Amino acid sequence: MTTFSSNEVDNWLAHMQHELSAIASTDGAFLMIGIRTGGVDVGRHLHEALELEEPLGELNISFYRDDFSTIGLHPVVGPSQVPVSVEGRHIVLVDDVLSTGRTVRAAMNEIFDYGRPASITLAVLVQRRGHELPIRADIIGHTLDVPDDEHVSLDANTMTVSVGQKNQ
Amino acid sequence: MRKSDPQFNQLNKLHHFLSIDGLDKTTLTHILDTAEGFTSVNDKSIKNVPLLRGKTVANLFFENSTRTRTAFELAAKRLSADILNIDLVSSSTKKGESLLDTLRVLEALQSDMFVVRHSDSGAADFIARHVSPAINVINGGDGQHAHPTQAMLDMFTIRRHKGSFDNLCVVIIGDIKHSRVARSGIAALVTLGVPDVRVVGPQTLMPADVESLGVTVYQDINKALAGADVVMGLRLQNERMTSATIPSTGEFFQAYGLTPERLRLAKPDAIVMHPGPTNRGVEIAASVADGEQSVILQQVTFGIAVRMAVMSIIMGHGEEVRLLEMNNV
Repeated sequence: MTTFSSNEVDNWLAHMQHELSAIASTDGAFLMIGIRTGGVDVGRHLHEALELEEPLGELNISFYRDDFSTIGLHPVVGPSQVPVSVEGRHIVLVDDVLSTGRTVRAAMNEIFDYGRPASITLAVLVQRRGHELPIRADIIGHTLDVPDDEHVSLDANTMTVSVGQKNQ
Repeated sequence: MRKSDPQFNQLNKLHHFLSIDGLDKTTLTHILDTAEGFTSVNDKSIKNVPLLRGKTVANLFFENSTRTRTAFELAAKRLSADILNIDLVSSSTKKGESLLDTLRVLEALQSDMFVVRHSDSGAADFIARHVSPAINVINGGDGQHAHPTQAMLDMFTIRRHKGSFDNLCVVIIGDIKHSRVARSGIAALVTLGVPDVRVVGPQTLMPADVESLGVTVYQDINKALAGADVVMGLRLQNERMTSATIPSTGEFFQAYGLTPERLRLAKPDAIVMHPGPTNRGVEIAASVADGEQSVILQQVTFGIAVRMAVMSIIMGHGEEVRLLEMNNV
């Protein structure tokens, strides 16, 4: 198992923060929404570092997943909370790891049920291979080339990222 | 261990929702947690989630109930399912062969889930045992037996207001004998660990075995209400009473009606619940039903999220069932 230290992860976050600042200077204030649970953890760090005034939105995409009919309901991790209207807003959607793109698709479907945003920018801490949908991140903290059978996970307490065999 | 419980499939997953009996604390808590997730759908401009898109839910109401039918209908619609409301009250269906015949016809309509409401105890259980294995069954109230989704929405309402079930004192007042709401409610309260569940009502409306359910029986409503955190009223079920069990509704109110004076015996932050419809001036005073401590209308609202949770949990194992059938062949 490989672990990336919190210093390394901090660098990835700093890179994301830099790019998000550039977006804010062109498009004006954006609304940040994290995907529960990892995306909310990453979002909290970025939200604080960028000193955003509006609260961080949180999406629980369990009810929008495309694998319900095959594997059933995923554990529900609290309700979605989008305290500010998304209508006409520039949204920055944050997740911890982008792989297949299915989570992001589900999250976008949910966002559109709240309203019609002006744009959605996707920011992820880690991008790995395994795309199954035409979804790419706009802002990437770090790209990892790991085999399909390995799992990339963020530990929110230590803010470290580990790569290892699944089911460990 | 759950082999004989028709609520569970061969993989030990909840497949039907018929009764609180046989369900453990983990299962009940999972339903409540899932329901919590569904409460946020009302924040969205489009209030549906796509979970059950393409599925068909059939409301089989052998007994009238606009309120429960509407709640299930809305829950199914919020989950993007198609819903069939089948009014069976007027049909000559009786238990046994004719009910089975009805069932086959309804199966042929290609439904994925039946919500069953019936005046006979055990009707939903009977249907679940005879239905095609791909179909999920929810008990929407059967005779004097069970009303498990009502119990779960009551538990959800209690948890929202009281935080947890530890250290609570819950009082259930009135017609315990004929009430499936009371029966399911007691089972859920005890399973979730409420230490002090009290029932109070006339001897004639108290089931003989009630203490074995884990409750304390009171004859005096004033004693029962002392120190209560939650006060649950029940509707006086005139249609289920075959003989005169109370002198009159007026006398019932005198002896057991929930009045503002009596409510003051409970804790100041006690909540007042009632499954509806309320008989004002019979089991509850209008000023209590509409009062600050009443959460009766919240129960109705929470009922949507709770039914969405139950529907999506039991329908979430479809593929497993199909795989199981393939392997068995």
